[in-house]
Amino acid sequence: MALTNLLPDFMVTKLDALASLLRKHSLWPMPFATACCGIELMATASSRYDIARFGAEAMRFSPRQCDVMIVAGRVVMKMVPVMQRIWLQMPEPKWCISMGACASSGGVFDTYAVVQGIDRFIPVDVYVPGCPPRPEQLIRAVLDLQEKVQKTGTIDAREFADRTTYEGPTPLARELAPEQAIVAPGDYRTATRLRPLPLA
Amino acid sequence: MATLDKLQAKFPGAFTTSSFRDNVRVLVNAAKAPTVLFLLLKFLKEECGFDMLTELGGIDYLNYPNATDRYCVVYGLTNTATGERLWVKAFANDPDPELPSVVELWNGANWMEREVYDMYGVRFTGHPDLRRILLPAEFTAFPLRKDYPLRGYGERHNFPIVTRAES
Ligand code: SF4
Repeated sequence: MALTNLLPDFMVTKLDALASLLRKHSLWPMPFATACCGIELMATASSRYDIARFGAEAMRFSPRQCDVMIVAGRVVMKMVPVMQRIWLQMPEPKWCISMGACASSGGVFDTYAVVQGIDRFIPVDVYVPGCPPRPEQLIRAVLDLQEKVQKTGTIDAREFADRTTYEGPTPLARELAPEQAIVAPGDYRTATRLRPLPLA
Repeated sequence: MATLDKLQAKFPGAFTTSSFRDNVRVLVNAAKAPTVLFLLLKFLKEECGFDMLTELGGIDYLNYPNATDRYCVVYGLTNTATGERLWVKAFANDPDPELPSVVELWNGANWMEREVYDMYGVRFTGHPDLRRILLPAEFTAFPLRKDYPLRGYGERHNFPIVTRAES
């Protein structure tokens, strides 16, 4: 029997590409919705916009069951340790979508309490501009993420351990001299407060 | 206002008054407030019928024209029988702004005093649990003070960075 007769019945590919194909069409978002953008995130999951068409409708409220964190809304200083802890609790492989102007850059909230972009503290894969972004934009972000998932493929342990570079923007110049700045945050690894309370 | 005459008779010289439209204020300056304020509010509650604390908030009068004291705590009182309202403004100054707590009179003042402490650093003596209420406990500044920069002292950048290698 000639080989050509068999052609329609099989396809040669890398197992890796197959794994990525399956993976990208079943993203489970972790809705980290902290403000108004969260409402738009909910709309995206509703029947009108129907993110289920792209395989990302299974929102889970347990980070252990998710592989894409959607940070929707402004993140304040007190929330950063929480966000980092949730991010670390998600199993690999995982991705992050920064939804809206606030999550991506602080938006209009340039004040002492609001973090100027979550990418300063956790890695971000896709940014969605807008205040708030329309559901279509979030769906576009999911499509972009799918493309990225397909291109990246599976990575091995050594490659994984090498990804130590900081991917965020250049750190903001301090508004004051370093000796005037205070050290404030808690520790995300234990979520307990490490430093002694300075208030007498 | 009959209440003011009653108050004047009970605490002569302890306060001044001012008014704006139908809004009557009793002002207790920083020198008198630590001793007089609690008794004055207690008198208003128990003898004058101002049984409801509708509001408790802070003000920083730094660089305010003609201000003599820096911090102010405003108590908004309502007489639930007559619907009358009265504002009591008590002042405090650096370096240790301190005022008596009114939690004993109105339990609802508990969290409001904690918020004023959180934002302005005014300590309320006699408060049962004076901790920060909104900001993280290890925050050192009082952000609603006028001399605190809008962008803070860099607290918001003070977190560890998580890279992709960590999980
Ligand atoms: S980007 Fe706009 S809609 Fe989104 S959290 Fe910020 S203010 Fe709200």
